[in-house]
Amino acid sequence: MRGGRFGRPPRRDERLRTESLNRKAAIPTGSQSGRESERDPADAPAVELVGITKQFPGVLANDDISLTVRHGEVHCLLGENGAGKSTLISILSGMVRPDAGEIRVGGRMVQIDSPRAALELGVGTVYQHSTLVRALTVLENLLLGETRGLRLDVEAARARLAEVAATLGVEIDADAPAGELALGRQQQVEIVKALWRGSRVLILDEPTSMLTPQGVAELQKVLRRLKETGISVIFITHKLHEALAVADRITILRAGRVVGAIETAELEGSSAEEVQGRIVRLMFGEDARAVADVAELRTDLEGEQAPLDEQRSEAATLLALSRVSARPVGGFDPGLEEVSLELAEGEILGIAGMDGNGQRSLAEVIAGERALSAGEIRLYGVPVERLDVSARQKLGLRYVTDDRLGEGIVSSLPVSLNLFLKRIGQRPFWRHGRIEHRSVEREAQSLVKAFDVRTPSISTRAGALSGGNVQKVVLARELSFEPKVVVFNKPTYGLDLRTTSTVRDMIRGLARGGGAALVISTDLDELLDLCGRILVLSGGRLVGEVENGPNAGERVGELMVGAGDVAAA
Amino acid sequence: MTGATTDTALSPETRPLEPIAPSHRFVSDALDVVVRSIVPVLLALGAGAILLLALGRDPITFYSNVWKGGIQLTAWQDSAIRAAPLLLIAVGLVVVFRANIWNLGYNGQFLLGAALISGLGPHLVASEPRWLALLLLFLVAGGAGAAWTLVPALLKARYETNEIITTLMMSFIGVGVANILIKGPFQDPSVNIPQTRVLPLNKMLPSIPGTRIHIGVLVALAAALLVHFVLTRTSFGLRLQILGANPRAARHVGVKVPRLIVMSFLVSGLLVGLAAAADILGTWGYVRANWNPAYGDTVIPFVFLARLNALAVIPFVVFYAVLSTGGDLATQQASLSTDFLLVLVALILLFMTVIEYLGRRRALGASYLTPGLQQALRSPRLRRRTSA
Repeated sequence: MRGGRFGRPPRRDERLRTESLNRKAAIPTGSQSGRESERDPADAPAVELVGITKQFPGVLANDDISLTVRHGEVHCLLGENGAGKSTLISILSGMVRPDAGEIRVGGRMVQIDSPRAALELGVGTVYQHSTLVRALTVLENLLLGETRGLRLDVEAARARLAEVAATLGVEIDADAPAGELALGRQQQVEIVKALWRGSRVLILDEPTSMLTPQGVAELQKVLRRLKETGISVIFITHKLHEALAVADRITILRAGRVVGAIETAELEGSSAEEVQGRIVRLMFGEDARAVADVAELRTDLEGEQAPLDEQRSEAATLLALSRVSARPVGGFDPGLEEVSLELAEGEILGIAGMDGNGQRSLAEVIAGERALSAGEIRLYGVPVERLDVSARQKLGLRYVTDDRLGEGIVSSLPVSLNLFLKRIGQRPFWRHGRIEHRSVEREAQSLVKAFDVRTPSISTRAGALSGGNVQKVVLARELSFEPKVVVFNKPTYGLDLRTTSTVRDMIRGLARGGGAALVISTDLDELLDLCGRILVLSGGRLVGEVENGPNAGERVGELMVGAGDVAAA
Repeated sequence: MTGATTDTALSPETRPLEPIAPSHRFVSDALDVVVRSIVPVLLALGAGAILLLALGRDPITFYSNVWKGGIQLTAWQDSAIRAAPLLLIAVGLVVVFRANIWNLGYNGQFLLGAALISGLGPHLVASEPRWLALLLLFLVAGGAGAAWTLVPALLKARYETNEIITTLMMSFIGVGVANILIKGPFQDPSVNIPQTRVLPLNKMLPSIPGTRIHIGVLVALAAALLVHFVLTRTSFGLRLQILGANPRAARHVGVKVPRLIVMSFLVSGLLVGLAAAADILGTWGYVRANWNPAYGDTVIPFVFLARLNALAVIPFVVFYAVLSTGGDLATQQASLSTDFLLVLVALILLFMTVIEYLGRRRALGASYLTPGLQQALRSPRLRRRTSA
């Protein structure tokens, strides 16, 4: 039967469809939850996890997690970073084996010890980051998964693609190179890939993190289509409003445990505010009050906007880029092409765009890490493009990198030294090339206190700190000693919501105190939360400017997509 | 035994790990250093003893002969003399290894310096006062060693060329050039063997009064102290450490990476060249063609055992110097080849790797012992089963 699968995909799918129809017919409406004890295998939930436990060195990632995913439902896993969502889906998709617990797929107890085993069991996964080979066409990418037989049956594959695409309600060009598709379309190809062998369960890991608002809307449509065909979707997210928008049921994880679930009836029956409040309390327990104002937890993003700075036109320009260009780097960053922007005192300016559209070049050119090939950068009206990193740092021009573990800190050095990495050799921390331990320690102590870095001591290795505290170390370094203009690159990426809230307050505080911030982020909600004005970066060029206000999100999204099409054409 | 341990290894460990309190941290760090540095040496000596037994030799006699030949009476002075070039090379390697740069061209750098000063030495000491001639010769050797790193240094700084390959290639060329010099312009015309003229004994490095130890040993010790100070207390040292630990962070915080690469290469080559000067001017007085003591190769394990710490290198190099000086006597007495000493060094490397692996597990929050082993030691039931 297996051998014939690929040769006659339509027939197999017909069979699956009839199966799901039969299943629906067999279950009298409304009795689904009532007679759990007497059900036969066909009625069993799509996926059932019982007592899943996984210990990593130093952290209990999953602690006795039990979870049921029914047929044809969108089941949201909601939780902060580090709540155990990723570990759980790694277990389901065969990347990680649990220490204890059972997995049942369609009522049958199974061992999932490889990604292939997961696919064989009908569990397909779409990861957060693309797994497509950019240079190959969509069809070739799909054929990569085929291992049976030597000969590739291209025509059958084409038919299967058309069929799955029709199920999803999307149109996919089979012969387009995967790398040239918009990210939303690439994600659809990933979904096709996950469903290729007739998966009945689809896992989506943070699927919206790379999408424009339009892309998110289209994804929601796809999810509805999937539900109609009886496919179950496990949707992982840390954004509350997304969970509420798509979920039939929500399971909330905190610190590796299931701390609560919101059933369908409750989602439909109560008001958004009630559900939201309950979820926030479940996600954060005691700390709920402290984080409730973070954008990820709000459902009314478009309604409440950051106040526009009225006096902006009169405020002094702190940083000005005029026609700045920089060469591309490898295949990852297109460089910059004639980027001009002005940043005024008290302003928080947002730079929106998908990853890899020149954000890194922009940040590094301003910070002085990368040479520009043309153009001019002025700080307080004075050209600075010839100054090096520490000279610009001294002038108050700072850069909070997005790669805080990769380049923001030196993990083997103590926290204290990490706080002064950009001032090596400068007074009062170094005199005549020799380090002054006493002044380093004194200053480090006060910075650790001021920025609330949770560390056992200032001599602890920076690599031993949690992600949020590492970010606080980086922020303490960049926001101390009179910062004026600060470039924040994805300042809250991967942080828990408490720290996210703190970091955003720091950014606002900087602007209020007469400084200015350039916030580069791929998270549109973050920009809408913080910025008065948002510029859109695409392919290394600024393609438009949007004043924050009603529908700003949609317009930024249009600019991101529109520019992408122009570049591809 | 194996069956029992695998059983327990599979059982899940669900207890959350307790965080280490900061007050215990210092003690555990100190313990860590001891475990990682000294245990491999002890294990190697133990394994060496077993090997000796297997070869039908008495390990106690062997090791006491090492002690006799390496330390007792005035033998410690020979050990000290032998340690001088080793220590200088070790320190020279510490400098670059700290920056995660692999200068493996030490043989070429060493021999080129050695050949140049054995060729120029006899002329210089004849025309200049002894102190000036020796100083100049030290500078020539150091300069030659440094100059020989320049090509790999610039290639790495400019084009990120892999320095392991370039330094090794330059090393082969350096050894060849040194031999050409010895057989050609520097050949002693009065002998038939390819070697340089021999420095008169009274023109070589002076000894510390009352001993045979030449002042090259002091130079080596001073270099170790100075390098340690520079690496731990100065901005240059910190930049070097950042470059070694995280080159992307180095760029991010504004370290001028290319310049730093060239600087560290030059310092490393300089120290290797000084090692040649100390060895030739203090011990040999001439160089014969195709002579290659390959000090660097022997010293590398100890550089790692010392955790790239210029001070900690001293006891390890001294240990090896004693082992090799005393080992000459001990292997002779036991009618073994002196290569047996290299077996001991290799065993040290082997155990170092094992301890390092276990240490990494521990750094990730686990213990030095694998879970199975731990269970086996802890559970009396298992102990009974293994003994039964």
